[in-house]
Amino acid sequence: MDAYEFINFHLVPGLLLGSIYAIGAIGVTLVFGILRFAHLAHGDLITLGAFLALGAVTLGGLDPWLALPVAMALAAAVAVGIDASCYAYLRERPRILTVMASLGVALMVRSVVQMGWGTDPTTYTTGILRPDEYFGFILLRDRELATFAAVIVLVAALEAFLRLTRWGRAMRAMSDNPDLARLCGVDNRQVVRLTWIIVGMLCAAAGFLLGINTEVWAMMGWWVLLPVFAAAILGGVGRIDGAVLGGLVIGLAEELSVLVLPAQYKSATAFVILLLVLLFRPRGILKGKVL
Amino acid sequence: MNAALLELRGVRGGYGETDILDGIDLHVDAGEIVVIVGPNGAGKSSAMKAVFGLLTLRAGRIVFDGEDITGWAPDRIVRRGICFVPQVDNVFRDMSVHENLEMGAFLRRGDLSAAFERVYALFPDLKAKRRALAGNLSGGQRQMVAMGRALMLEPKLLLLDEPTAGLSPRYMEQIFQITRDVRDAGVAILLVEQHAKQALAFCDRGYVLTTGANRCDGTGAELLADPEVVQLFLGGQG
Amino acid sequence: MDAFGLANYALFILVLVGIYGLMALGLNVQWGLGGLFNAGIAGFFAIGAYASAILTSPALPGRVGGFELPVAAGWVGAMALAALLAWPIGRVCLRLRSDYLAIATIGVAEIIRLAVRSEDWLTGGVRGISGIPRPFGELPYFASQLAYLALVAAAVLLAYVLVERQLRSPWGRMMRAIRDNEAAAAAMGKHVESRRLEAFVLGSALMGLAGALFVHFNRSITPEAIDPMIVTFLVWIMLILGGSGNNRGALLGALVIWLIWSLSELLTDRLPTEIAIQAKYARMFLIGLALQLVLRFRPEGILPEERRTHGRDQDDS
Repeated sequence: MDAYEFINFHLVPGLLLGSIYAIGAIGVTLVFGILRFAHLAHGDLITLGAFLALGAVTLGGLDPWLALPVAMALAAAVAVGIDASCYAYLRERPRILTVMASLGVALMVRSVVQMGWGTDPTTYTTGILRPDEYFGFILLRDRELATFAAVIVLVAALEAFLRLTRWGRAMRAMSDNPDLARLCGVDNRQVVRLTWIIVGMLCAAAGFLLGINTEVWAMMGWWVLLPVFAAAILGGVGRIDGAVLGGLVIGLAEELSVLVLPAQYKSATAFVILLLVLLFRPRGILKGKVL
Repeated sequence: MNAALLELRGVRGGYGETDILDGIDLHVDAGEIVVIVGPNGAGKSSAMKAVFGLLTLRAGRIVFDGEDITGWAPDRIVRRGICFVPQVDNVFRDMSVHENLEMGAFLRRGDLSAAFERVYALFPDLKAKRRALAGNLSGGQRQMVAMGRALMLEPKLLLLDEPTAGLSPRYMEQIFQITRDVRDAGVAILLVEQHAKQALAFCDRGYVLTTGANRCDGTGAELLADPEVVQLFLGGQG
Repeated sequence: MDAFGLANYALFILVLVGIYGLMALGLNVQWGLGGLFNAGIAGFFAIGAYASAILTSPALPGRVGGFELPVAAGWVGAMALAALLAWPIGRVCLRLRSDYLAIATIGVAEIIRLAVRSEDWLTGGVRGISGIPRPFGELPYFASQLAYLALVAAAVLLAYVLVERQLRSPWGRMMRAIRDNEAAAAAMGKHVESRRLEAFVLGSALMGLAGALFVHFNRSITPEAIDPMIVTFLVWIMLILGGSGNNRGALLGALVIWLIWSLSELLTDRLPTEIAIQAKYARMFLIGLALQLVLRFRPEGILPEERRTHGRDQDDS
C-alpha cells in the first residue's frame, strides 16, 4: 500500500470519524465531569440530533447545513427537558441509579425516533459526491472539509466559552470541586442546565456530522456509544482536550484496524482499547479523574 | 455601645441527630483575630461551620453586623460579608491561581481589578505564580490561594478552618503573618487552630472549647498564662 | 383461541417466564446483592445459548460442531463459558466505578452480537444453528411442553435455592456490607474485589444457563432471536419492578413483566402491519417509561429487599 492509499483511505477517514467521535466524547466527558455519571443515553441523543436535522430538512426545506443550528437548538431543549424529568429527582441518590435511568432514556429516545421515522437508513441529500483533489494527492469531499471546519469551530468556541466567560469558569469550577464552587456562590442548578444545553448541542452536531458523512438511521447513535465513551476515557475523563485526543485516536484506530482485522470488527477496536485503558491507565492519557 | 461584629449566643446544634455544640457563646469584634482552640472533638470546627450555616442549629442565635443570620444558607451569608476557607479541598486544583481568585469573586460583577490588587498586595508570591495551576503549588502556597480566593469578595469577616494543618513550621509562621496582614487590612478573622500555643501567641483573643461548650476565654496572652489551659492540652500540643 | 391453544400458549409463556426469571435471579446476585451494573445481559445469555447449541447439535459442514454431547453437558458448558467470559471483564472493571462496568458490559454484548453474525464457522452466522436436541422432545406436543416447563421450573427452583442460600449466608451479608458502604468494608479488610468478582461470575453463569434453556426449547438459534436491547432491558425492569435484593421479587418481576410484554404483543399483532410496527416501538418506549416510573415512585420494587433497607425502617426509632 502506498502513501496515497494510506492517506486517502485510512488516514483521512480516520481523522474524519475521529473528529466526529471527539464531539461526542466532549459531551460525554462534560457529563462525567459535572454531573458525575456515565450518560448511557448519549448515543441515542446523537441519533435524535441527526433526525431533528433531517426533520428540519424535509419539513422546513432547509439546506442541511442550515438545519444544523436548528437541530442544535432543539436538541439542547430536549436535553434540558430529559434531565428535568428523568435525572433531576435522582441527584441525591447513588449515581449508579442515574446511569440506570439514562439507559432507560436511551431506549425511550430510540423508540421515539423509530416511531417517527422508521428504521430504514436515509440521507440528508441524494446523489453521489465526487471528492476534489487537494495539494495534488489528498481527496476530500466538500462535506468532509466542512465537517473538519465545523469540528474546529465547535471545539474552539467551547474552549473560548469555558476559559473566557464567567459561566464557563463556573462549569470548570463545578467539575473541579463542586463544594468549593458552591461556597463561591455558584448555583449548581444553573450550571447543570447549562451543561445539558451544551451537551444537547454537541450531540446534535455529532449526529448531523455523522449522518451527513455516512447515513442517518435509528441505531446510528447506539453504535457510536462505545467508541465515544472509549474516547472520553482514553483521553482522560473530565478533560476536553482529552476527549478530542481520544476521539482522534479511536477514529484512526478504527480505520486502521481493517488492515489487521476483518472489516465488521471495526467497532471491536474501541472496545479493546477501552479495556486496555481500564486495565493499564484508567485515568487516561491526559490524566483525568477516575470518577 | 459596642456591638460586636459577630456574636454567637447559646448556640446548640450538630449534624443530623446528635448535638456537637452544647450552647456556646463567643463574639468577634471588628479588626481583631479570634482563635478557637481545644482538644480533638471539642467542636471547634463545628462552631465555625455554625457561623457559616453548615450546621443544623437547635437553639441559640447568630448575629452578624447587626443582623440575625441564624439559619441562613451559606450563599446568603457569603453575600452578607462572611467568607469561609475550608480545611481541605480549598482550591480549584485544575484552575490557575488567577482563575481561583476569579471564582472567589464570582458573585461580584463589574470591575474586579481593585480586589485583585488588594489580594496580590497581600500575597506577592501568588502574583508571580498567577498562571500556575493551583494543584501544582506547595501546601503553603495553596493555603494562600485559598485565603486569597475568600478575600476577593472583600468580606468583613474571614473564617479559617485550621489554616496551618499539615504545613511546615516555616509556612505556619508565614500563614500567621499573612493572617495578621489581613487583619491589618481591615478584615476580622475567626480561626480554628490545632497548634494552640502558636495560635494563642499571635491572636488577639481566644476561646477554649471542650466537649462542645465554652471552657474559658480571654486575650491570647491571658490564656497562655493560665495554668489550667496549659495543663489541659498545651503540654502535648506542638 | 380455543382452550387447548390457550393452554399451550400459557405453557409457552410460563417457560419464558422461567427463563427470564433465571436471568433476573442472576442479575439479582450482581445488582441486588453486589451493586454491579451489568448492561450487557444479552451477551451472557447469547454466549450460553450458542455454547450449548454448538456442543449438542449435530455436525454441519463448514461449522464447528458435531460433538452431539448430552443436553446436560451443553448446559454445563453454557454456564462455564458465560462464567469464563465474565471473569476477565470483572477483573478489569470491578476495581473501578460501576459506570465503567456498565460501559464494558455494553461493549461485551455488542462484540458478541457482531461475532455471532460474522463467525459462520462457529455460530452458523445469519442462518444460525438448528437441530438442537430438546429434552422430552419426542413426546406429543402438549406433554413435551409440560415436560420442558417442569425442567425449567426445576432449574429455576435450584437456582433460587442456591441464590437464596448465598443471600442469607455470611457471604451474602458481606456482599451487602460492601455494597452499602465500600469504604467501611474495605477498612474491615474484606477483599472487596474478590467478593464482587464472585457475584459477577455467578450471576453471569445463571444468565448463560438461561440462554441454554432457551435454545433447547426453541431447537434452534439465530442472531435475530435475541434482541440485545430488549432482553437486557426487560431483565432490568423485571428486577427493579419486582424488587432488587429480593429473589422472590426477581421472579415476580419476571412474571409480571413478561405477561405484560407478551399480552401487549398479542394485542398489537392484531393491528394492521404499518401500525403494528409502530406499536412494537411504542411498547419499547413504554418499557423505558416504566423503568423511570418505578425508579421514581417505587424504587424498592413490589417486594423490597428483606434485611435492613437503605435508610430507616418504618417503625419507631
